This record gives sequence, C-alpha cells and structure tokens, in this order.
Amino acid sequence: MHSPYDYQKKAALTLDDGTIFEGLSVGSATEAEGEVIFITAMSGYQEVLTDPSYHGQIVVFTTAHVGNYGTNPRVDQAPPVQVAGAIFHELWEPPVDHWLSERSLPEYMRANGLAGLTGVDTRALTLHIREKGARNGWIGPMSDPGAARAKARAIAPMTGLDLALKVTCEKPYKLSAKPSQTVPSGPMPVAVLDFGIKKAILDNLRAQNLDLTVWPANTPHGTFMAEKPQGLFLANGPGDPAACGYAIESVRATLGKIPVFGICLGHQIMGLAAGGTTYKLPFGHHGLNHPVKDATTGRIWLTSQNHGFCVDPDSLPSNVAVTHVNLNDDTLEGLEWLDLPAFCVQFHPEASPGPHDADGLFKRFRIMLEDFYA
Amino acid sequence: MPRRDDLKTVMIVGSGPIIIGQACEFDYSATQGCKALKEEGYRLVLLNSNPATVMTDPELSDRTYIEPMTLDVAVKIMEKEKVDAILPTLGGQTALNLAMELFNGNHLDRLKVEMIGSTPKVIEIAESRQAFRSTMTGLGLDIPASGLAGSIKEALEIAKSTGFPAIVRPSYTLGGTGGGVAFNSGELSELAWKGLAASPVHQILVEESLIGWKEMELEMIRDLDDNAIIVCGIENVDPMGVHTGDSITVAPIQTLTDEEYQAMRDESLRVARAVGLNGGCNIQFAINPKTGRRVVIEMNPRVSRSSALASKATGFPIARVASKLAVGYTLGELKNGITGKSACFEPALDYCVVKAPRFNFEKFAGASSLLGLEMKAVGETMALGGNFREALQKALRGLEIGQSGLSGSCLRLPPRLTVEERLALIREKLALPYPERLSYVHEGLRLGLAPAEAISLTGLDPWFVTQIGLILEAEKYAAGPFAEKLSKGEAPTPGEWRYLKAQGLSDDRLAELAREARPSLATTPSDIQALRERAGVIPHFRQVDTCAGEFQAGTPYYYSSYDSPVSPAPEPEVARNDPKKVMILGGGPNRIGQGIEFDYCCVKATQAFNDMGFQTIMVNSNPETVSTDYDAVGRLYFEPVTLEDVLAICAKERPDGVIVQLGGQTPLNLAQALKARGVKIWGTDPDSIFQAEDRHDWNSLVAKLDLKQPPSGMAEDARSAISIANRVGYPIIARPSFVLGGRAMRVIHNETDLLAYVDEFESSGLNLGPSNPILVDKFLDQATEIDVDAVADPDKVEIAAIMEHIERAGIHSGDSCCTIPPITLPMEIQNRVIEQTVRLGKALKVRGLMNIQFAVTRDNEIYVLEANPRASRTAPFVAKATGRPLIQAAARVMAGLTLEEINFLGYPWPGYFAVKEAVLPWNRFSGARVELGPEMRSTGEVMGLDNNFGLAYLKAQAAAGMIVPSSGIVVLTIYDDDKEAMLPLAEDLRDMGFEIHATQGTCEALKNRGITAGKVEKLRTVRPNIVDFVMNNDVQLVVNTTSGKISDDDSVDIRAEAIKRGIPLITTIAGLDAAVKGLKAWKKDEWQTFSIQDYHLRPNSK
Repeated sequence: MHSPYDYQKKAALTLDDGTIFEGLSVGSATEAEGEVIFITAMSGYQEVLTDPSYHGQIVVFTTAHVGNYGTNPRVDQAPPVQVAGAIFHELWEPPVDHWLSERSLPEYMRANGLAGLTGVDTRALTLHIREKGARNGWIGPMSDPGAARAKARAIAPMTGLDLALKVTCEKPYKLSAKPSQTVPSGPMPVAVLDFGIKKAILDNLRAQNLDLTVWPANTPHGTFMAEKPQGLFLANGPGDPAACGYAIESVRATLGKIPVFGICLGHQIMGLAAGGTTYKLPFGHHGLNHPVKDATTGRIWLTSQNHGFCVDPDSLPSNVAVTHVNLNDDTLEGLEWLDLPAFCVQFHPEASPGPHDADGLFKRFRIMLEDFYA
Repeated sequence: MPRRDDLKTVMIVGSGPIIIGQACEFDYSATQGCKALKEEGYRLVLLNSNPATVMTDPELSDRTYIEPMTLDVAVKIMEKEKVDAILPTLGGQTALNLAMELFNGNHLDRLKVEMIGSTPKVIEIAESRQAFRSTMTGLGLDIPASGLAGSIKEALEIAKSTGFPAIVRPSYTLGGTGGGVAFNSGELSELAWKGLAASPVHQILVEESLIGWKEMELEMIRDLDDNAIIVCGIENVDPMGVHTGDSITVAPIQTLTDEEYQAMRDESLRVARAVGLNGGCNIQFAINPKTGRRVVIEMNPRVSRSSALASKATGFPIARVASKLAVGYTLGELKNGITGKSACFEPALDYCVVKAPRFNFEKFAGASSLLGLEMKAVGETMALGGNFREALQKALRGLEIGQSGLSGSCLRLPPRLTVEERLALIREKLALPYPERLSYVHEGLRLGLAPAEAISLTGLDPWFVTQIGLILEAEKYAAGPFAEKLSKGEAPTPGEWRYLKAQGLSDDRLAELAREARPSLATTPSDIQALRERAGVIPHFRQVDTCAGEFQAGTPYYYSSYDSPVSPAPEPEVARNDPKKVMILGGGPNRIGQGIEFDYCCVKATQAFNDMGFQTIMVNSNPETVSTDYDAVGRLYFEPVTLEDVLAICAKERPDGVIVQLGGQTPLNLAQALKARGVKIWGTDPDSIFQAEDRHDWNSLVAKLDLKQPPSGMAEDARSAISIANRVGYPIIARPSFVLGGRAMRVIHNETDLLAYVDEFESSGLNLGPSNPILVDKFLDQATEIDVDAVADPDKVEIAAIMEHIERAGIHSGDSCCTIPPITLPMEIQNRVIEQTVRLGKALKVRGLMNIQFAVTRDNEIYVLEANPRASRTAPFVAKATGRPLIQAAARVMAGLTLEEINFLGYPWPGYFAVKEAVLPWNRFSGARVELGPEMRSTGEVMGLDNNFGLAYLKAQAAAGMIVPSSGIVVLTIYDDDKEAMLPLAEDLRDMGFEIHATQGTCEALKNRGITAGKVEKLRTVRPNIVDFVMNNDVQLVVNTTSGKISDDDSVDIRAEAIKRGIPLITTIAGLDAAVKGLKAWKKDEWQTFSIQDYHLRPNSK
C-alpha cells in the first residue's frame, strides 16, 4: 500500500519490555500511550474505536485490512474516539466507495485526533502479547529506543486504575423508551449507571420500552433511587472494576431493592458487590467469536467480548450462581442471584460489533422487571 | 447429546465421477467423514463409482462399493450390509439426489434406514425453488422477484414481472447446469428450453437479475441443540452474474460493514433454525452495492466446494465436524483440533485468502469462454497472503496458466494497435465477464483507463479495482527506480524488496518487469532471487491457526508472506528438529488431464512415508484436495507449486528428499530446476524424466533398446509436414512440439485436413518454425492401445497392471474406456509387453512409478507410444482394481527399499474384470464438437467391476451416467469401415428385441445381411432427418461411429442431440461390442454387487 519511500518515515510502538514494532504514523497525533491489547474482529472497527471500554488502550487489529468500508457516524458508540491509539496491519487509505460511508477511516482518525500506526507486523505483535501478556506501550517517532521504553514504563498499570470516571457522563440525562410491538406492556423507568456506556446498549434497553435516566458512574444509591426507578442497569466501561469502590457501594445498596442487570464492567462491579473478587486476565478477551455456554440450557452463544478483568467464581457467595462460562478458557461469563432479581454478563449482548446471539438478554431484563412488579 | 449408540452401520455416499461443478472437494469431505466416523467406531459402508478418489481406498471403510450410483445398487447394498443410517451430505448433489430417490421410493422406510446429516425436509426446502422461496419469505427474508415455469410460455409471462435481464435457473441441477441470463425474450425462450430439458423435474425459475450486485457466501454449521456458527464468510470479487465456482473469491469478507455482515449472519441462522439444519450448510446472498438491499439466493444443506474452501481458508474442518454432528454430537462436545479449544467458535483470520478458478476452454473448440451462471471452471487454486494483493497474485501464479502474477500477458492483444485501439478493445472485453477479466482491468488501468470506468464496466467493487491499481503502482516502481538500480548494478534496499514482494510480485514477474522497462537487462528470475536473498529478504512462514494468533496452535499448517513490511517476526513459528524429512509436491489446481488421480497418489505416498517414520511435508495450492487437509499430512505448506515458492520452502525445511513424480506434470516441470539448485530429488532422476520427454533422447533410447515406435518426423512448415505425412502414410497424428494446455492434438486423414490444421495452428498465434515445429506421427488406426503401470527399483520392474483400451487407438488414454485384465490380447503379446516395459524401466533407471503406452497392430506388432517415469492417471484405478497398494510400494522404493524387501513382486491377475470409463463435460460446452480424439477432454472417471467383462463394462457405463437399455429403439449410423464388424452386433441387438433404425448406408448393409431396419435420413438431405427422428421418437440408444475426420458434421449434431437429451450414445464398434456382451450376460443374470474388499479377497488367476 505504501511506496518504499514511506518506509523511511518510521514510527513505532515501544512496549514496556523494550520490544519495538515499527510502522508508519497515521491519524492526526503522532504520539499515544496505553495498555496494548489485540482484537481479532474482522469487522466493526469504528464501533471498537468509539467504545469507552477501550478507553486508555492501544488497540491492535489483527485482521489484514482495516478501513475498507469507511466510517459512518451512525455506528459511533460514544463519540469521539475512545481508544488511546490504533495499530493496523494495513489501513485502507485510498478513497472509500461504500454506500454507508461518509469519510474514510484515516480522515476520521485525523478529525478525531487519534494516533495510530499502520504497516505493523500485527501478527508478531499479537503473538508477543499472547505470550507475554497485555502490557503498556508508547507510540511515537522512532528516534530514541531507550527514551521510548522509559515512556512506556512510565504509563500507569491498568490494575488499580479507575477509568470509569473518565468516560462517564458529567450530568444525568434522560432517554425515552422506544415503544414497539414486540414489547406490548408500558414503559418502565430504569436507572443506568454510566461507566462508559455504548450507544448500542442504550438502544437495546430503550427498545424494551424502558425509560432511561443515565447517571454519572459515581452517583450514590440514594440519588438515583430518589427518582424511583423500577430497575438498575450497570453499563460497560474501562479500567479495573476493583478501583470503582463508589459504584460497588451503590450496587450493594441497590441489590434486592429493584431488579439489576449489568454488562461487562457492570457485571464485574456486581460480582464485587456480591462479595467476590476480580483478577486480571493475561491478555483479556477482545473479539467477536467467543463461545459462551449457558450453564442451565447448555446453549452456546457466539459473543462479542472486550474485557481485561474477570470475576473469580470461587470468590462468590452461595446465593450467586454462575450462569455462563467461556468455552475457550472456562472463565466466568455470567451470574445470577438466586435470591434476588439480579443477573449480569461479562460479554456484550448488544454486540456492535459482533454477533447477536445473546440479544435476548435485554428481553430477559424486561421480563424480570415485569415479574418483579407483577 | 453424545454419540448415538443405536446406529451400527453407516453408509456414506460419495459424489461419483469428477464433473464440472462437482470435483474432488467431495473426496476431501467424504474422506474426512470416513475418518471421523471410523474413529467413533461405526461400521462404514461407502458407495462411490469413482476409483480415483482417496475415499474409495479400501482402508478407509469396512466395505467400499465402487459401483454405479443408482437406486438399485444403493438398495442392494443397504440390504446386504444391513445399513442403519445413510449420510448423504458429503457427496454433493449426486449423493443428495440419490438419498432423495431412496426416500421418495420409500426404500429408507422399508429398510429402516435413517437419513442422517440432513433430512428430506431440509433437502426439499433447499432444492425446490418454491419451497425455498416460501420458507425464506415466511422468515422475513428478501428474495429476488421470480416465478416458476414449466413451459417457455410461462417463462415469458413471468419475465413481465421480473423484467430483463432475467435469470433462468433449472430446478434440481448442480452447478447451475442449464442456467443463464436472458436479455430479451428470444434469449429467454432459448434458455427456458435448455433449462427445462436440464431439469429432472422439467421446471425452471425465472428470476429478477441481480447482475452487478455483491455476492456473499456464508459457510455455517448448526447442531440439533441449536448451536450455530459461521465458519467463514466468502466474498466474490466478481459481482453477481458469474457462478461462484467461476468467480475469484476472497475471505474474509472485505467490503461489508459489521452491521451488514451481522444482518446476513442473523438471517443465515434464522434459516438454519427454520429448516432444522444439522450439519454444514452454505448460504448465498446478493447485496445491492448502491442501496444495501440484501436478498438470499440459495442454500445448500450439505458440504460443498465453498465449504472445502472455507475449511482450508480457516483451518476449521467443516466436513469432519458435520459428520460428528450427524451421529449425535453437538458443537459444544467437539474440539477445534488446531487450538484444542471448543469447536463451537467462529474462526478469525489475520490474513487474506483468495481463490481463483482454472478453466480449460482451449480444449473445447467452438465453445464460448464467456462466464455466466453455469459453472465452467475445472479446478481452482487458493492462496493465503498477508494482504489481498499478495494473496491474489499468489493465486494467479498458482493457476499455472503461464502468468507469473496479475498481468496483461495472457490477453494476447494484437501487438500493432495504438493505445486507444487497445483501450477500445479492453472496454469491450470488460463489459462482459471473461476468465481474464482482472487482467483486462490491470491492462486497462496500465494504459490509462480511469478506475471509475473500469468499475462501471465490470461492476467490480471499487475496493478490488483500487487493489489492482496498487499492484500497478508497485509494478511501476519495479519498472522504474528498481529496474534502474538493477541496470546500474546497484542493490535495491531491503525496504524496496519487501515493498515489492508484499504486493505479491513474484521473482519471475519482477524479472519480467525489469526486462520490459530496460530491454538491455537480461535479468532472470534466479538473478532476482539471488539479489533478494542477498538483501536478506525471504518470506516469513506463518501458521494458519483459526484464531488470528489468540491461542497457541499445534497444527503445522503454513503459508508464506512478505507482508510484515517493517519489523520482522520476533519469533519463528515453524518448529524444527525433525526426523528425516520428505517433501511431496502436489499437482496444483485441477485441470483436464491432471486432477484427483494425482492427489490420490500424493496422499497415499504421504501416508506411506508417515508410516515409515518420516516427517512429511506437503506443498500444494489446491483447496479441493485431500492432500491439503492438514490432518492428512505431516506438515502442510499451502503455496503455489512454482519454483520460487518451492525453493523458499526447501530453504526453510531443508528436506532430505523431494518427491516430484506423484503430482502430475506440475512438479515434474520443476524437477530439473530443483535438482540444479541442489535440492535432492527422490525417486527417478530428473534426467531420466527428461530423457523420456525429450523427443530426440527418447527416439535414441527406443532405437537402442530395439523397440518399435510409429514412424514420425518434425515439420517446420506446411511443405515438410506434407512430405513427412507422405513418407509415414496417412492417417497421421499431429501435435505442437510443446504441449500448451494439451491443445491441438489431432488425427489427420488427408492432405487437405493437414493444411487446414497447419493454418489453424498459425492463426492461433503460434508461428511454425524450427523452434516451434509440429510433430507428425504415423497413426496406427486399427491398433489396440495398451497402458501399463509399473513400479520399479534399481533392479526390478514390477508390472502393476496391463490395461487394454476398448476404443481404437487415437483416443487419448484419459478419455478411453479400458479394462484390467486385457480381453483380446493373447498371453504371448502380453508377455512381450511386460518384457518391453521391464527393459524400458531399467533403461530409464526408474525408481518408483512408471506408465508406458503401447499400441498393438492387427498383425501383432507392438509399438511403444510413450513412457512416463512418474505416477500415471491410471494409478489409483489400478490400485482399486487389483487391490495392490501401488503408491505405498512406490513410496517405499523411493525411500530406498527394494521391491523384494517390501514383498511386492509377483504379478497378480485379477480373477474378475475392472473397466474404467471416462466422463466428459459436453453438456457444459455447448457448441463444442462432441467427439473423442487424441486430446483429452474428460473430467472424471468411473469403474465397473464384475466377473463378466460385458457386465463390468455395462456397470462402468451406468456409473458414467449411461444406462444402456435392454430393449427399445436404437439408431445406427455407422462409418463404412466399421460396417462389417457392426453386422453381427446388430443381429444380437435385434435378437434381444431392439427396434433398429439406420441411416442409408448402414440400412443397406443391414438389409443385405437380412436385418430389418427402418431408414432415417441423413442430416443434410431431407426432413425429417436423423436429428428430427431422435427428437421425435423415444430413442433408447444411438450408435454412431465416424472416420474421425474433421468435416464429419453430421455425427457432431447427432451426438450433441443425444447428449442433450440424455440418450445413451455409443461411438465405437468396440464399445458396442462390449455393450452387447454385457446385455447378453445381463439377460441371463442379475447384476451382482460386491465391495472391493470382497473382490480383493478372491484368489487371483495367477
């Protein structure tokens, strides 16, 4: 894609272990820093770049070509871009001709101030992360490897980092339900704790005829309960769940009072609120092809996943049951409270990007609400 | 659900002979199926008429039936073997159709045989257009406007709603046989007529045209617990309008957003659920590139060509998994063999995979090479690369059509045209889908055609056209700064090399570009290679791991790439330290003359080497094959079988030996160059191979051994051709001195035809001359042809079989029917043939397999026609017919053992007859001459086994789709020289109750012998003529023999008519003789059906 002259304009990703992956600078900024993780998705790059769960991370796309179909504001999850940096094997730079595209991905990156590298041996980088674990890295010009490494090392580790407060909304706001024929009963008010929520989740909740009040992540229990929500939804989000003590508190106080449903970081916070612990996975789950088994029905869903932390099933009290397990590594993917109206999943039923196998969970939340108030 | 214990015996149905649209991908699938069920402990019964397959090897099943795949035979086998279940989803349309016949005839119920892997309901929905459409509409899926027609009138009526162009698709045919695009009502009438005839239920679908839309395929698996996965999405580079088998395709899908892709995925799952799919399925969609409107086109509830491709592209073994699901497992209970994780996942790719089709239009003079809805490709090659351009160019050079990558060289544009004239020609070509369309785009862009115009003319997605533009950019760099450096003797930088190589430019192509740009440069591909390696630029070998690197993968399946442009891979992915390594070179894409037979040889040899403790390494580029199943070989390199690619693997692996004699001509062509580069070739030395191929060396060898060969000469012009012909005497057999796609070999009977041949030769762009002569051989027209397969060590030559051809000499051995053992050759002649074979084998120092062709004249003179010190096309047939592990023996000899050591001496004479018959693709090439000749045209073969030769022959005919009737109307039109021999056979036909009709001369000959026959008029006389007669009457059998002359148009039309109408056609007296023998035996006795295991156990007659 590039003429050989371009190869002179070197930039690189330097990992905190000193490993260097060279590439060409793309996007507007020339420097970026964050935890480097890889995603094996073959489509949906724009959704990934705008997903707050990736906040502070440098995302490596393993698929050969990225940017082929351009960008379209409609699929932005929480604009502007959320990732700290993007690394491509081959970013599509020529003009894009796709009926949905409004501008090319490089233009989009420039407009959103995103730094990235293309022309990187992403497979080598992926294998490195797989073997050595996710680690911090710094994207910048190739000049002084020692200094680059020092910069990578200076980045705060993901463990212990509260990033939810960085991406949550500043003020509460309301979103009205979208009545549809599939949900015959009337709208119900639900509080949403925003740890970095994706648009697709909001859309799915509203499609269940739920009126949403979206609250900042650190809103105390009393504040959102004052509006008498009939249910609580806990959003996805970035960072270490254990660092979100305020949210764990709120959730603990809410469990049992009204039905609660959590996704991703929301799920982890529910696990912590139940008394469990979380730990960091070696390189996380980031992809659209994770098989998750429903422990009760035996059904397997292909799910969209994006998480670096995980709830330890052995740490949970007996009133919380494991409902879903990841078939790749047997890690915990879903919980259900046996004595309370609450459940949560680690994966992303809203997909965007990814398969829709699990989208019935939003319906399940609606039914739980209806049953609770029946 | 775990394994089903209520089933004991499972019958797997194969796909029969290789035909266009149904090739060796089903050998790959069914072989996987056999292995998967065998490891579950089921008793396996296999039915497949095709002896060239790996699946019909006796080791794979408990009972292997190489029998005609007819209802009767299937019923007999099910009764005899007490079959509990039939698995019809691995054998293509043939197996599905047979299973449906069994179901509809109530045989499954009666015999309490369960259909597994699919259900009649699913098949019905997929196959019946109406059921399919109502199911899809019921699920809320969009479908193209259309209607079903049972007549031309109805078709025209439907076209009022669909508009033109309209698509015609016949119901219940495979590979789109009989389908097409009609742009007006005249074309529609014609297509409707053809389609109605092609459909077994006499029904066609007339459909809204989606030409120019994107075409996408999803390969899906679902189990009965309702778990479902998409294994692979495939995007057709060619828009709708070209059959997917003829399209260049890419995986993963490149031009759809996640929303578009997921919507398609959702719909696929909805369909799978609605029909209750259990196993593999292929669903095709069309997407309007302007509006995103998506319609579902078809589904195939079985493994397919695309699922084989998807398996190879991703590493996910669809057929294996589908087979396990068929016997009760669910996806969650199965493991992904590559990563050890769950099999219930969707592979992620971090590379690009491109499939390109291989065509053989040059063999069918008169047939148009325009692509359409009906599949025409005879093979395909797949390539993996770091990006689309690298994969595309690897695929194109892997096709072995003389292209070193994407280039205009194959277009043969008239040289003296101006740029504008060329562009005009290119625009004209781009408006229609020709096989060379991407090369036209490339050449057009090179000459200044605007990309936008290329896009609008072709309907290609702009992304693909831009990719071609990027390749051109790299070529410009190669012709510019790169060539300049070469001409100055400067070394290009590693960065420059990587850039050029990552665009998929082969060393050949780089040399070509440099020479074109700077004619003073004499750069050869090996110069390029040396310079490149000196710069330290070699390919990386990456693992195909199903998961884009997410998990550790244990499966040694690799491809090469230069596309890690800046930083090298920090860790090597290929583990080293192996025992002795042997590398087997496969045959690349299938083509007429080089197909599944060679894959069988490669696979069996690989197994033998594995068994001997070698580390085996397979190199091949054909996604349809068993040899490219990573499970079947020690290590798989999915790479083009070209010198550059093979040398790169050799450099990486450093094999102790390389086997070139098993993959057909492809690896043989590399043998000398490999040897010259220090690669050790095992088996027969490349010099011996060359000795047998080179005209001069071969002639002196034959003379030295005191053997006879037909007199011959080399003609450099028309005059010398005539003088040679006069010297050796007509008829002659003429051919170009170098075989270009095996084309233009012909039997010629007189000077006029010879001059016409020379004209044709020259007008096809080949200039006759000293460097490019025509070979002229005396044609032994009344001789019997014989093939001998043998295996040799340095001391001994063991004859594996003598095959006698049923057709007269002059018909390519690949197209002719033959029998083991011979039926007319006296023992004395056979012994002399054996003795000559041994002499030739020793003289050529054969180590491994060899095949020799002889002709025996009526006065019992033996002529040697050619010797091939390599695996022959007949090797698998011989192995199946005789039960001897021929290829395994050859592998062991190549590894250094002697025939004595492996106890492979002593010629067994089967106590039964094995007849091989060829299957020809006439129905795909309308307009082509229906005639056998010295140029091979068959795509596949079948075998008939019986104690009686006649019955074995009839079985072979039936397996080839020609069920010779035992009574009815027969039309005879017999060449003068054949009339005498025909008469007793006609008497037999009459005695059996046939009603005989004949053309004038034949009729008179019959009457003179006192045989009553109705007279039919010859074609160009009065109406009704013979073709009218065939059309108007319920003719059961046509026998038509000819002189073999070019001008015999009558015969061509009669034969074409018979083929179009599916009427059994016999074109030689020998064939008629064999058929009559068979019919006589059949009148006395029922057909017996035995497995090859039964036959092989029988005592041999010697």
